[in-house]
Amino acid sequence: MIWNKEAECMSDHDREILQLKRLKEVVKNAYENVPYYRKRLDGMNIKPDDINTLKDIEKLPFTTKDDLRDSYPFEMFAVPRKEIVEVHTSSGTTGKPTVSGYTRGDIEIWSEVMARGLSMAGVTDDDIIQNTHGYGLFTGGFGVHYGAQKIGATVIPISTGQTKRQIEIMQDFGTTVVIFTPSYGLYLAEELEEEGINTKELNFKAIGFGAEMWTEEMRQKIEKRFNAPAYNIYGLTEIIGPGVGLECSEQDGLHIFEDHFYPEIIDSETLEILPEGEKGELVLTTLTREGTPLIRFRTKDITKLKRGECGCGRNLVKMDSITGRTDDMMKIRGVSVFPSQIEKALLRIDELEPHYQIIVTRPHLMDEVEVRVEASEDLFSDEIKELVGIKRKIENYIHSEIGLRVKVTLVEPKTLPRSEGKAVRVIDKREL
Amino acid sequence: MKIKQLSIFLENRKGRMKKALDVLENGGMNIRALSIADTSDFGILRLIVPEPDKTKKLLEDNSFIVKIGEVIAVRMPDKPGGLGVILGILDENNINLEYLYAFVEEKDEMAIVLLHPENIEAGIRALESDGAKVVSAEEIYGL
Repeated sequence: MIWNKEAECMSDHDREILQLKRLKEVVKNAYENVPYYRKRLDGMNIKPDDINTLKDIEKLPFTTKDDLRDSYPFEMFAVPRKEIVEVHTSSGTTGKPTVSGYTRGDIEIWSEVMARGLSMAGVTDDDIIQNTHGYGLFTGGFGVHYGAQKIGATVIPISTGQTKRQIEIMQDFGTTVVIFTPSYGLYLAEELEEEGINTKELNFKAIGFGAEMWTEEMRQKIEKRFNAPAYNIYGLTEIIGPGVGLECSEQDGLHIFEDHFYPEIIDSETLEILPEGEKGELVLTTLTREGTPLIRFRTKDITKLKRGECGCGRNLVKMDSITGRTDDMMKIRGVSVFPSQIEKALLRIDELEPHYQIIVTRPHLMDEVEVRVEASEDLFSDEIKELVGIKRKIENYIHSEIGLRVKVTLVEPKTLPRSEGKAVRVIDKREL
Repeated sequence: MKIKQLSIFLENRKGRMKKALDVLENGGMNIRALSIADTSDFGILRLIVPEPDKTKKLLEDNSFIVKIGEVIAVRMPDKPGGLGVILGILDENNINLEYLYAFVEEKDEMAIVLLHPENIEAGIRALESDGAKVVSAEEIYGL
C-alpha cells in the first residue's frame, strides 16, 4: 500500500517545483534564524535570494558533524527552545554529541515518513509491531514508534535485549512485524530455534531492519529464519532518525522521501557532485525540518542513487544500501563507535602506550570487539592480579565511553604494526 | 637476604617464551631458576640469573618489558614435608605469600624454594628467627 500517493508518486516535474519552493524556504529559515548559517552564507557572499533553481544548491556550503558539534547543545536550533518538544542526540565522538531538536511539526514529519516507509513493508493498522530498537536519545526506537502509531498499528515498545522476554511476548501477543538490527535479528532467530519454536507458526508478515551494514546474504538468512520478507530502513539522527529512506516490496534499494530530504551524491575528496548512478558520499538537505534545518549535511555514508518509476508504483529516487563510510566509524551491535572514542578511554591511563588496535569479529552472530593495547614498563607489574586489574580498568573506561563491553588484551611492546601516516587502527574481520 | 628476580611480560602466544630465552642464549646468560605465571592472554616469566642488571638490559634492548623485583631463597631438605615447614613459619607469622617456585639441588639432596611474600623484610625476619636457612644472593647466582 502507498501511504501518501500524492507525495510518493509525484511526477519529476511537480516534485522539482515543490523541492525548489521548500529549498528556498529552508535556506531563508536557516539564514534568518541560525547564526551559524548566517555567518557561513555571509562569509561566502550568498543570500537566500540567490537560490533560484535546484542546481543553485551547489552554491551552498556543506554542513559537517563537526559544525554541529561546535554548536552544542542548542545553537543549531532555528526556533526558540520553547518550541522544541523533543531532542535526540547521536553518540558523541570526541566528547560532545550532536543534538537534533524536534518541533511538533518535525515530529509530524518523522511520523509521516516512517508511516510511508512501514507501509512499504506492508504494515497496516491491523498489525502488531514489536520494536526492539532502543528507546532513548538514540532515534531508532522513537522513529519506528511514531510511524507505526501514525498508521494505527499496535506498538510493543519492548526496546533492545531481554531476548527470552522478546520471545515470550512475540508468542503471547501475536507479533506480526518485528523491527531489529540485522545482528540482533540473527541472534533472536537462534534463540527461537534453541527454544524449539517454529517461526512458520509465528506468522510474521514483515521484518524491518536497520542501523547496521548488512549484505544480501544476511537478508536472505533473516528472511529464511523468520519466514517473512525483510526491509531495510535508513536514517540518521542529524537529519531526523530512521525514515530518510526505506525499502519497498521490490527490495531493490531504499526510496528517499525527497519531498522532505534532498539527496546529492558527492565525491568526498573533490566535493564535486557526481552524476546519477555513481557511487559517492550521500549529502542530505532537510527541506522541511523546523527545529534543526540542515543544509547539505555530509552523512559520510557511501551509496548511489537511481531514478525511474519503481515496480511498486512510487516515483521517489532510490539509494543503494550503504556500502561503506568515508570515515572510520564502525557499527558494533547497531551502535556507532569511532576509534577516537576508544583512544580517548585509553588515554585516561597515564602508563599506557598510545599504540592500540581494534579487532572486530562476529564469532557467533553478535559483534565482538577486542582492543589490543601495548603494555609498557610503567604499566607492567610482577603481579598477575595487578595486570588483570589494569585490563579491567581499561575495559571499564571503554565501556563508559562507548556503552559496549569489549575485551582488552595486553600485548608486548612494538608488536602492533606501525604505519607511516595514518595507522591502521581497525581490523574488521566480520563477514557480512 | 634478598635475591633479585627478573619479571618479563609475555603475550600468551606461540613462540614468545622461546624468543625471550633465545635472547638470553645469544647473550650467553644462564638461568638459575625460572617459573611462569599465565592467564588466558598474557603471562609473566620470572627468572633468577647471575647477572640480573645486565640481563635486564639485554632483554630490554630486544623490546621486552622487564622489571627487577626481589624474592627470598630458602634451602630445605628434599624430602616430604620440607616445604610445609617453611610455609608453616610464614603462616604462624601471619605473612601472606604471593607466589613461590622451587628447584632441586641433586648433589646435596636439598631443594631451594624462592618465595615472594607481600612483605619481603618481614618474611626474611620470620624465616631467619624461626630457623629456616635463608640463602644469600651470591650463593644462588653461583650455583
